[in-house]
Amino acid sequence: MDTASLLNGVAGGVLIGASAVFLMGMMGRIAGISGIVSGMLYEPVSSERLWKGAFVLGLVLGPLMLTLVAPQWGNVAGVAEGAIGAPVASVPVMVVAGLLVGLGTGLGAGCTSGHGVCGMARLSTRSIMATLVFLACGMATVFIVRHLLGGGA
Amino acid sequence: MKVLAGLVAGLLFGLGLAVGGMTDPQRVLGFLDVAGAWDPTLIGVMGGAVVTSFIGYRLVWRMGAPRLEPHFFIPTREDLDVRLLGGAALFGIGWGLSGYCPGPAVASISGLTGPLAAFVAAMAAGWWIARRMGERQG
Repeated sequence: MDTASLLNGVAGGVLIGASAVFLMGMMGRIAGISGIVSGMLYEPVSSERLWKGAFVLGLVLGPLMLTLVAPQWGNVAGVAEGAIGAPVASVPVMVVAGLLVGLGTGLGAGCTSGHGVCGMARLSTRSIMATLVFLACGMATVFIVRHLLGGGA
Repeated sequence: MKVLAGLVAGLLFGLGLAVGGMTDPQRVLGFLDVAGAWDPTLIGVMGGAVVTSFIGYRLVWRMGAPRLEPHFFIPTREDLDVRLLGGAALFGIGWGLSGYCPGPAVASISGLTGPLAAFVAAMAAGWWIARRMGERQG
């Protein structure tokens, strides 16, 4: 088991938790990325869109700053210095996957952050159930692709 | 002030994803691959984030109201429905195919590649379709 990566994971998780707590303390909002990004894209123009846009800017700048300033703190598998890993799936698979992720998080009103982190921390029944379902479906999909079909990502 | 708060929260979130290795789809797929060479990193990220939020939320809620808004915006629904669970299932399949959920996909944009661009564009299209299919809940 990769203990160093696990510890990096816990440190990253604490930063994500700090972000969620900060957003709740300042704005009273759940730090759900699918809701924030889709809101920035599709909500009517309002001050809501401004802070959501700023959040997305920070979300993009965070890993970029790490790449430029302290790439040794990144945690890309098999790479000593790097903050952003390369995609493993092909463009057609990524198109299908992206559609499913957008549609699914849009309909289910949340993703790994909104349900998996914030909703779990609130002990919300809906979020706990959603998290169990997307974890199970993700694991089943990887099992089918890697072990039954024997290829792909 | 709201814009600055959004920026700081986004920066913390993006840094956390990168430090945690979630901007590498190989780490995410390694976690989902329970029958292969299992990678525990994601459980560390989720555990660290949930415990920090669990404690932090309870401290913050004691303030009575957030600093920049009149009240907290917290989902109140507790019922389970097909939209929620069906949506989560579709999301899980897409997540397992790519190794990307929305946060890491957007956070990785500065290292943009063709496949990631295709994913982000398709994800934005998926959100648009979901909004057209009905009013977004929560």
